[in-house]
Amino acid sequence: MPAPIRLRELIRTIRTARTQAEEREMIQKECAAIRSSFREEDNTYRCRNVAKLLYMHMLGYPAHFGQLECLKLIASQKFTDKRIGYLGAMLLLDERQDVHLLMTNCIKNDLNHSTQYVQGLALCTLGCMGSSEMCRDLAGEVEKLLKTSNSYLRKKAALCAVHVIRKVPELMEMFLPATKNLLSEKNHGVLHTSVVLLTEMCERSPDMLAHFRKNEKLVPQLVRILKNLIMSGYSPEHDVSGISDPFLQVRILRLLRILGRSDDDSSEAMNDILAQVATNTETSKNVGNAILYETVLTIMDIKSESGLRVLAINILGRFLLNNDKNIRYVALTSLLKTVQTDHNAVQRHRSTIVDCLKDLDVSIKRRAMELSFALVNGNNIRGMMKELLYFLDSCDPEFKADCASGVFLAAEKYAPSKRWHIDTIMRVLTTAGSYVRDDSVPNLIQLITNSVEMHAYTVQRLYKALLDDISQQPLVQVASWCIGEYGDLLVSGQCEEEEPIQVTEDEVLDVLEGLLVSNLSTPVTRGYSLTAIMKLSTRFTSVNRIKKVVSIYGSSIDVELQQRAVEYNALFKKYDHMRPALLERMPIMEKSASNGPTEIVQTNGETEPSVEPKHPPPVTQPANQANDLLDLLGGNDVVPVIQTTMPTKPASAGGELLDLLGDLSLSGGPAPAPAPSVPTSQPPFLLDGLSSQPLFNDIAAAAIPPMTAYNKNGLKIDFTFERANPNPNIAVITIHASNSTEADMTDFVFQAAVPKTFQLQLLSPSSNVVPALNQGTVTQVIRVLNPQKQQLRMRIKLTYTLKGSPVQDLAEVNNFPPQSWQ
Amino acid sequence: MQFMLLFSRQGKLRLQKWYVPLSDKERKKISRDLVQTILARKPKMCSFLEWRDLKIVYKRYASLYFCCAVEDQDNELITLEIIHRYVELLDKYFGSVCELDIIFNFEKAYFILDEFLLGGEAQETSKKNVLKAIEQADLLQEVRIFLYHQVAEPIREIDCQLDSSWSRAATK
Repeated sequence: MPAPIRLRELIRTIRTARTQAEEREMIQKECAAIRSSFREEDNTYRCRNVAKLLYMHMLGYPAHFGQLECLKLIASQKFTDKRIGYLGAMLLLDERQDVHLLMTNCIKNDLNHSTQYVQGLALCTLGCMGSSEMCRDLAGEVEKLLKTSNSYLRKKAALCAVHVIRKVPELMEMFLPATKNLLSEKNHGVLHTSVVLLTEMCERSPDMLAHFRKNEKLVPQLVRILKNLIMSGYSPEHDVSGISDPFLQVRILRLLRILGRSDDDSSEAMNDILAQVATNTETSKNVGNAILYETVLTIMDIKSESGLRVLAINILGRFLLNNDKNIRYVALTSLLKTVQTDHNAVQRHRSTIVDCLKDLDVSIKRRAMELSFALVNGNNIRGMMKELLYFLDSCDPEFKADCASGVFLAAEKYAPSKRWHIDTIMRVLTTAGSYVRDDSVPNLIQLITNSVEMHAYTVQRLYKALLDDISQQPLVQVASWCIGEYGDLLVSGQCEEEEPIQVTEDEVLDVLEGLLVSNLSTPVTRGYSLTAIMKLSTRFTSVNRIKKVVSIYGSSIDVELQQRAVEYNALFKKYDHMRPALLERMPIMEKSASNGPTEIVQTNGETEPSVEPKHPPPVTQPANQANDLLDLLGGNDVVPVIQTTMPTKPASAGGELLDLLGDLSLSGGPAPAPAPSVPTSQPPFLLDGLSSQPLFNDIAAAAIPPMTAYNKNGLKIDFTFERANPNPNIAVITIHASNSTEADMTDFVFQAAVPKTFQLQLLSPSSNVVPALNQGTVTQVIRVLNPQKQQLRMRIKLTYTLKGSPVQDLAEVNNFPPQSWQ
Repeated sequence: MQFMLLFSRQGKLRLQKWYVPLSDKERKKISRDLVQTILARKPKMCSFLEWRDLKIVYKRYASLYFCCAVEDQDNELITLEIIHRYVELLDKYFGSVCELDIIFNFEKAYFILDEFLLGGEAQETSKKNVLKAIEQADLLQEVRIFLYHQVAEPIREIDCQLDSSWSRAATK
């Protein structure tokens, strides 16, 4: 068999290949030759063949069949063989394959070889890729070599020990004795590797750390070495651009950082040297800056005195102005770490940081953006926001989402005025609308509802934005929600903040319908616009158009849209009396930890009548019926009752709303019975998830005696009382309707009205069927607020169907026990 | 340091040193992806980037990219110095090193790296000492060392101005 071709020859040949296919062919041919050569167990050329294999491996071709050959090379006596063998082992073997364990014995022998370069090879290989098993087996040898006087081996043994400790932390103790004299070495290689070893030990074990601090007095030793490095004259061997052994300096500073962390004594001991390094280091080249950087990191991490900290931040500030963008990057990273603890000091450099937003480099821009957000506070919000919004306009898409979220957060925390806040939101939505995160939409909606006085302005601006551009989904979603909610303000031209626009109902509906048909709208957006259109049916007069739209979408292919449309249709047809109440203006939402506004938003106007069968259709008090009562009862001294009708809220939300119940029923008194077409706005209106369960016990507390309010034609209605805690002005009345006739009373509806000085709230009844022969009662809760403690009077209207014929009756209830209103 | 890669402007790997245990497949994937990312960067950009929760430090010397992945606590600026030191070592050894030197003498590039770094950390901070160790080790080699320079033909043997004890081998 002819001698296998030389390595260089092969490399030259392969490089002449013009195509990938040609190269592959050459490689395959050579691999075949190598394989047969391996089979022949040829010792002479094994080294050459493995070297060639390593080259081909680097090109990306498989070389696993050479693994065992590497082991044979390692076992050879020839240095050349060992050199290539160990290289091959490091490149081809990995610790997941058991093959590597075969190396252990060879390495052990080589660690004790007479030639230090062979020992060096073994240490190097073990330190690069030794597995835990190998480390366990050979740790003893490494420890021995750590104590040798040969500095060439000692430095390698130290780094090998680092690797052993990383792989098998329990072995750390073993190396402790050998570390005793490491720092008294003169040899920089040994010093450097020793510092690395000590760093590793201190980082991993708090006990070691304590030991080195106290017993070994490591800090003074390190300070001394560092001082010598700085003070000593020019040493050609270790000099880099005028600085003596910067690698060693940096490692020492890093170890000092670990030793000084949370330890006052150590920190104090290193104060001086840190100040010295910080002030004396030459900053014209990268080396000097590297040392300064490490010094700053150390100063910020230990318990340094404030003067030193200010010095550090100023160094970072200077870095920010450096032409070298690497330095600027590093400065921004460090400032980001310290901005929490040294906020004021970092604030001083705010303008430089903001300038970095305009840098061309992506990493710098990102850092600058994060830092800018961290620096925003109540004082600088306007200026900062201007810069950040400008950045948002021009930055890469990868930043937009984060920047938008950051802007929202900052705006929420520090907005100087509601108008500014809304304007900022608008700006973000219009410039980066498609990058805004999905969860911002409900958050924004909640924010908007809370800025009550800005509703008209907001809806107007959103409407105008929609006219311009409907491609950005979050913007479109927020806009359609607002139009659905505040469309009435839009058409009535009520805006105070800016020139009100003239827009008709039809124009608004055009826009919303446009969203429904547009290809740009996502299904979610379509859902929003359909719901908005539906809501406008109680705010606009062109109800017929809305009805038409809704019925068209009843046959939409999109299942979600179809379902909504069908249910809204049902709302028009069967539950029209519920519609106004269902589609009422949303109340101000409390931001809660557990239930985000999302839930509240989604259920608004979307309570599906299909869910109703679970709960009996609640009794409603639509405006027109209330007005009937008004007429009957002789007008102005009676206030119609508004009924809560949202039975589908989950119970948990109901829990927190219970708190609101106490408050909201007191605030915002209902408007005096005015223009009949407008349902009373701002009622003590609640999303009440408590449907059929009475809020409070039927059992009257505080001994207010129950009474019979009505008893006619077999229908008896009793009132039981209780005082609502905490507000004693609220009387809670539970009506119990029972039926002594032989037939059930179906479609039972109870309505009540009270004099103007009172406020009344009627909750959902337990059922609308009063069973015959007193087999059960229908209960319903009435809450009466009586702040002036006037005598309670009530007019009630009852409707039901008995044996197929409808019955209606009116009555006045005057026999309230005095305790109920005193 | 977790790994160091040297690659050309066309994305061809010239050297790969791994200090963390990863399978061949994983290494290939990381190399490929990282090389693409770095080659896509513009010349004026920063030498540092975050990539898949690794800190990457890279620098271009002529037609070769030197790229290191370092740990979170590592100082990026000193890593640049480490890269520079390695280039200086190669330069001194090969005499005005160029990419071809590293292609044709890749095993020597590894040997030099292994005298400078061990387990991802610098073992010797003196340039002189690293080079001396390499020379001595080269002397131990039973096979004559030819340095192939630039045109990939054996132009000359090692110029032994560094060490007079080197015996001149007869040219074949």
